[in-house]
Amino acid sequence: MSSKLRILVPVKRVIDAAIRPRVNKAQTGVETQGVKFSINPFCDIALEEALRIRERTKASSLVEKVHAVSAGSSKSQETLRQALAKGADDSTLIDVGDANLEPLSVAKMLKKVAEEQNSNLIILGKQAIDNDQNQTGQMLAGLLKWPQATNASKVEIDEANSRVTVTREVDGGTETVSAPLPMVITTDLRLNEPRYASLPNIMKAKKKPLKVVKADDLGVDTASRMETLKVSEPPARQAGVIVESTDELIERLQKGGAL
Amino acid sequence: MAAVQTSKSLSRKGSEKWRSQHYRSFPTHDTFHFTMLRFSRTISGRANWARLASTLAYVEHAGGQATPGSLSAINAARQIQGSDEVTALVAGSNASEVANAIKKVSGLSKVLVAESGSYDHHMPETVAELLVANVKKHGFTHLVAGASSVGKNVLPRTAALLDVQAVSDISKVVSEDTFERPIYAGNAIATTKSNDSVKVITVRASTFDAAAEGSSEAAVEAAEDPSPEALAKWESEELTKSERPDLGTAQRVVSGGRGLKDKENFEKVMYPFADALGAAVGASRAAVDSGFADNSLQVGQTGKVVAPELYVAVGISGAIQHLAGMKDSKTIVAINKDAEAPIFQVADVGLVADLFEAVPDLTNKLKK
Repeated sequence: MSSKLRILVPVKRVIDAAIRPRVNKAQTGVETQGVKFSINPFCDIALEEALRIRERTKASSLVEKVHAVSAGSSKSQETLRQALAKGADDSTLIDVGDANLEPLSVAKMLKKVAEEQNSNLIILGKQAIDNDQNQTGQMLAGLLKWPQATNASKVEIDEANSRVTVTREVDGGTETVSAPLPMVITTDLRLNEPRYASLPNIMKAKKKPLKVVKADDLGVDTASRMETLKVSEPPARQAGVIVESTDELIERLQKGGAL
Repeated sequence: MAAVQTSKSLSRKGSEKWRSQHYRSFPTHDTFHFTMLRFSRTISGRANWARLASTLAYVEHAGGQATPGSLSAINAARQIQGSDEVTALVAGSNASEVANAIKKVSGLSKVLVAESGSYDHHMPETVAELLVANVKKHGFTHLVAGASSVGKNVLPRTAALLDVQAVSDISKVVSEDTFERPIYAGNAIATTKSNDSVKVITVRASTFDAAAEGSSEAAVEAAEDPSPEALAKWESEELTKSERPDLGTAQRVVSGGRGLKDKENFEKVMYPFADALGAAVGASRAAVDSGFADNSLQVGQTGKVVAPELYVAVGISGAIQHLAGMKDSKTIVAINKDAEAPIFQVADVGLVADLFEAVPDLTNKLKK
């Protein structure tokens, strides 16, 4: 490949996937006090893929750099340190304080960082498990006017022809698309199995670069376009019954009209 | 006659105010003339109001037919604007064929056709440009599509080009700018109001009925075609063939989990059970990750969201990510040997039993 890969990996700090979130009393959001946060699982997969591309193309030193970026409160530093411990080279924190960020604002900020880092491949998670939007990667690709391949389950880089081929998970099966660099890829669950950071690497990550910028420094307006009027618990289901036999199960379903 | 009187008196208050503001010097001696004028004003006033919301629905299609998810999106679009004035847009080299197939769908007043190979396979780079051009040309206030893998791929890109924040996977229309959508794997429902000039929305198919065919026929017109540059190339696809109903829209779904132990057991136990019920087959993430079933059968936050009449969970513990994909099902049945499994908390009917005995037994009894 004529040009080296400068991979940008956006990562998000979210409530840990194993925790069941509770709606707060004021019904303005979910309870975040004293709750465990982690890297969004799909972002973890995106980072892993960037690292694997580097490992796969070690012979030609194709990957020049893997840069991790996160937008959020100063606590997102932890997420970036984790990314650095796993193998990212350097990182940027876009510190927005407690502001609630929407995908469009994040995409605009990521565009600025991608330009600054001269990135030519951006790998993101397909969705964040908090807002479940599944938008940021597509928006970023649109703003940059780059091709996009979402829900990737396989990424192949053809160095000779400077093309990236991606197998995507779609309704009913898979689809394969290809595009020249630069491009945006979002990761699906089955792309890879993320690694754990080793203790020595966690220690080394503390010395790796973490640059902090503000949304204003990037010249991006982060004002919300959407208003959250209310956040509520989903309607509770009526308590069910436990039946003793398959006959009783069929009888219940017939009586309830389900069969 | 009495009915006319009533409707007149109901509209009087608004019209009086409107008249006092705009027609202060209007001659009121000709009562009959004035009444007629006021009446026509009221009608045109309503028409103007209806025109405030105008919706474009992007129609996803396969095999010359609109997908059921697209028809659900059209239904959601009708709810948004409270009228049958939805415009559909069909794109691709067989767009005319699809347009003819859907022009009778009730709720549609117009079908725009972009017949060009550039839009085949719903490639986001070209389709987003097409949607932007048509939203701008016709001044649509809303753009909707199903929250399928196509809708999720194309609409956010379109929204960014229009510089608006998209609204993903809505489960309810509250008003023309306010929508409900599940967040945190369905553990919370957010009511959100969009302040953008164009609302770009994907619609959760399982919570809206598909629009059916009506008696009238929508006009078919050529869409504005910006002939965008193709940035990516579609190479191939590999679709899972199945004779069973489509998972996303099936009335009955049977899903298997880790409890099936391996692929052979999954096929031996679940497929005959599905056939006995006329159901689609789904799977938990654990079952898919272990290779028991294809990825496209995964039900959950990261897979398909289903809401059938009957959902039978077999050997599935009920992790929150799985519940996100099925807990709006009308009747949920759980078959699991672990009485403490969380799936029993959402099940309407639970059977604590070894699935390798219970499911074949059920299959036999249902066949009779």
